[in-house]
Amino acid sequence: MALLGAEHLNVGYQPSRGQRIWAVRDVDLALEQGEFVGIVGESGSGKTTLGHALTRMLRPPAHLESGVISFDGTDIASLRGERLRRQRRNGFALVLQSGMNALNPVRTIARQFGDVLKAHAQPGEDTSVDGVLRSGTELLAAVRLGPEVLRRFPHELSGGMRQRVSIALALALQPRLIVFDEPTTALDVIVQQAVMQTIKDLQRDRGFTAVLISHDLGVVLDTADRVVVMYAGRIVEDKAAAALTACQHERQGLYHPYTEALLGCYADPRADVVRLAGIPGTPPDLSLPQAGCSFAPRCPLAEQICRDVDPPLSPLGPGRVACHVRARTANVDVEAGRVS
Amino acid sequence: MSAELSRTGGPPEATADRPASPVPPLSVGNVSKVYRVRGRGSRTVTAVHDVSFTITPGAAVGLVGASGSGKSTLARLITGSERPTAGSITFGDVPVSRLRAGGLRNLHRRVQMVFQDPYGALNPLHTVEYTVMRPCQNFLRMSAAQARHRVAELLDTVGLTPASQFAVKLPHQLSGGQRQRVLIARALASNPELIVADEPVSMLDVSLRAGVLELLARLRRERGISLLYITHDLLGARLITDELLVLNRGRIVEHGPTRQVLQHPQHPYTVQLLDAVPNPFATAAGVSAAAAPATDRNRS
Repeated sequence: MALLGAEHLNVGYQPSRGQRIWAVRDVDLALEQGEFVGIVGESGSGKTTLGHALTRMLRPPAHLESGVISFDGTDIASLRGERLRRQRRNGFALVLQSGMNALNPVRTIARQFGDVLKAHAQPGEDTSVDGVLRSGTELLAAVRLGPEVLRRFPHELSGGMRQRVSIALALALQPRLIVFDEPTTALDVIVQQAVMQTIKDLQRDRGFTAVLISHDLGVVLDTADRVVVMYAGRIVEDKAAAALTACQHERQGLYHPYTEALLGCYADPRADVVRLAGIPGTPPDLSLPQAGCSFAPRCPLAEQICRDVDPPLSPLGPGRVACHVRARTANVDVEAGRVS
Repeated sequence: MSAELSRTGGPPEATADRPASPVPPLSVGNVSKVYRVRGRGSRTVTAVHDVSFTITPGAAVGLVGASGSGKSTLARLITGSERPTAGSITFGDVPVSRLRAGGLRNLHRRVQMVFQDPYGALNPLHTVEYTVMRPCQNFLRMSAAQARHRVAELLDTVGLTPASQFAVKLPHQLSGGQRQRVLIARALASNPELIVADEPVSMLDVSLRAGVLELLARLRRERGISLLYITHDLLGARLITDELLVLNRGRIVEHGPTRQVLQHPQHPYTVQLLDAVPNPFATAAGVSAAAAPATDRNRS
């Protein structure tokens, strides 16, 4: 059984005035124990909302409208208050985008470890000052930071160090699932690479299930084993990372046109000729009802059926793809075996 | 858009928007900047150490390095926001490093900046039209009617069409890419001769970057504006610059034609920066992503 299973998940934002915005629409997703899954999409694709929903961190005006989230056999979608809080220990954790905003600016790092450890302490656990310092030192070592960081305030640390501290705090309760929401977006490439390597090592050594949310398909393909592509609140593609790059090279048409467009945003700066394509147009307004495929207005392959009927997320080749045209034209029987 | 295309710097053609006099070179000569760290003791930090380079008229120069390498400090020195501790910066015959109020104001008509954060650099209470009008009125002494007319032209130039629809919007009604285009329109308003773009695409979605980079390359090509492109993104630098300066801990560690520096990096730090670029194709194919070239109208 999957560690986490989400079925027919719908999340809406209800502003005080105006139309409800459907940020996550009918998402089905199962995460296996120990998997490293990347969720990719542009701003407004619903990837962050989905990550917050899976860890039950949605706050108003966001609201989980419908759907089931089972974590290790427990339906966590319906849990409230103290019962939900208890699930967080050895359960699921969220690492936020900006380390600065996730840390309390007026408390030392040691006291922030203390807050987490005391709030979730079980009977007989050592939450004395010494105990917290000992745990904090171990957790910081896991993210390659020295014990001197415990005495510091967040503003005394660099962006990369703060992000490492938030990861260490997430590790404190020994979660089995960690959702990393754009953990390196505010960092430069060298620091980004180092932080991602730390996340990869931790995941491998500790065996938790990791979800990496990012707008950067390049980072996700470098890190994750499986890639979930979101567009306008829906999953449009779900595939092993290796199969995705193989699809690109063999040009079999087994992936979504949006994924193809995302791949076009990358190139090797060392190549003799460097071409780069953006994605023209803008994502749809999610407060309006979506007729047909949401990507159709920006899609080079769009046909009449795309504008009328929203394509289901169906098995195609080595994964799942939501596209009428690809489902019809891809030569799945011949190619699937070779790719996977 | 290809790098080959952007490398054709060439002599600028004559257009109405071109600065009247030829664009002068920017010279940075042996510039250092030392900051004193407040608090206990009197520690100092050398953010920029003995840096020299020249931006020839109409050239696009990339300044690359990780956080803390001194890139943004150099930008502040070049735009006159701060003064160097040692060395000199001249823009044509204007001594940038010694300017005071009136001279700085004059400089800012000719040297404009595009900032990293398109969310923080726009006043949330002002419409796009007001934001872009102000430099037309302040620097070019235009009447409100003239300025409005110019705003429409500028929005059209940066791909925010129809201009009338975007002019009335407030920043929160725009996407990140659209806001960055407003910032570029504002920077263009005073007919600058040099644009200093400090990480203009690093906060944008990957899918929107190509469009904004293409816009910067086109402005330089069509208007003969010199460009200093500050970034840690080597792919962007490759696409729109001809010359590359690699900055590490305040010093220039490598300098040369962009393609040559990236294909044959000499300094380990440059190699490190190159290896850190996320690239789904580097491992498997080692060749460029062949996709349709972005068009000028590749709007965000």
